[in-house]
Amino acid sequence: MHEVGIAQAALDQALEQAQRAGAVRIHRIVLRVGTLSGVEPTALEFAMQTLLPGSIADGAGLEIEPVPALARCRSCSHEYSPSDGLLFECPHCGALASTVLRGRELELARLEIS
Amino acid sequence: MNTPGPSAPKQPSSPAPETEDVVVIDVRDPADTLPEPPGDRIAGTRTVDVSVRILDENDRRAEVNRARLAVLGIRALNFVSSPGAGKTTLLQHTLAALGEDVSSAVLVGDLETANDARRLRRPGVPVAQITTGGACHLDAAMVARAMDAIPLDGVRLLFIENVGNLVCPASFDLGENRRITLVSCTEGEDKPLKYPPMFSSAHAVLLTKIDVAGAMEFDRKLALQNIRRAAPQASVFEVSAKTGEGMDAWLAYLRGLL
Ligand SMILES: Nc1nc2c(ncn2[C@@H]2O[C@H](COP(=O)(O)OP(=O)(O)OP(=O)(O)O)[C@@H](O)[C@H]2O)c(=O)[nH]1
Ligand SMILES: [Mg+2]
Ligand SMILES: [Zn+2]
Repeated sequence: MHEVGIAQAALDQALEQAQRAGAVRIHRIVLRVGTLSGVEPTALEFAMQTLLPGSIADGAGLEIEPVPALARCRSCSHEYSPSDGLLFECPHCGALASTVLRGRELELARLEIS
Repeated sequence: MNTPGPSAPKQPSSPAPETEDVVVIDVRDPADTLPEPPGDRIAGTRTVDVSVRILDENDRRAEVNRARLAVLGIRALNFVSSPGAGKTTLLQHTLAALGEDVSSAVLVGDLETANDARRLRRPGVPVAQITTGGACHLDAAMVARAMDAIPLDGVRLLFIENVGNLVCPASFDLGENRRITLVSCTEGEDKPLKYPPMFSSAHAVLLTKIDVAGAMEFDRKLALQNIRRAAPQASVFEVSAKTGEGMDAWLAYLRGLL
């Protein structure tokens, strides 16, 4: 349910990019979704499926590439994969302030068009 | 059956009567439409690497909003929380306390009704209700339209109450200067750990309804610890709109933004 707005934005982006490339049909849409993006991949895929009919992406295959989270501690520079609940807690020194290097992605990666 | 009975009057475009004193922007009214896809041209498929952010369009519009707010000298705050965490109540008391010292305006997002906008009406405070028509979050385009609909001259603080939802609003920048996340003592101490993006993107986190913490056997210490873990960058306030506890510190934070 929460993913519908994002699915619509993803489809709008795909349609715009396809038009720019002179496409008449979109056959495959590949999205890149970070584990910290707040988006549940299966819910996003489901929401997108319901939006495709009636567009040039009707019947297109959907693929979601997950991007695992990576953070760097601001006090000791240790790089680590934050686990879900313990976000931003450095496992090396315990500091609470980290920079997120990867995992917030919410991108349209590729399109297969004709 | 969708056919109205003979006595049911049709009201195609006029707003419902009970909303007459509130500006309502229904985003289902068409504003911008996507261009038509092009006609037949190429045969055979090919792969194009685009690598664009999905919310690119929204982020652009958000930057436009931010620039416009800066020119107007307005600081905008985006209030996000789960449904019922106390956003409208907090804003009612905040507007009352700021009174005429700080000229304010309010935008309220809701799925269908204009109830919250009516609750927030005060003399001299422009209020616009944004009816999202099912969308579970506000976006920058909706905020731009609502800003067009109310007088903003002289306004210093723009309060934006987002749709109650701890997931999607985190992904949509509205062009605000501060994001304020509310979590209430009735929701459980681990909320901040379950919805990290909403907390890691907050400038301030308000633990609300602290007047009922005792009755709910709510572990405030554990909740605050979880807030600090999920939102180490945020200022944290414990408030009760009902008893007024903690409101002074919150109001001082707001005045500090001016
Ligand atoms: N005890 C207590 N109840 C509160 C407080 N603040 C709000 N409430 C109650 O919590 C309920 C929901 O409050 P609202 O202010 O409508 O919450 P909201 O976040 O605006 O809700 P939505 O807009 O539907 O997401 C109401 O019954 C309020 O009276 C508080 O400080 N203490
Ligand atoms: Mg409300
Ligand atoms: Zn460290």
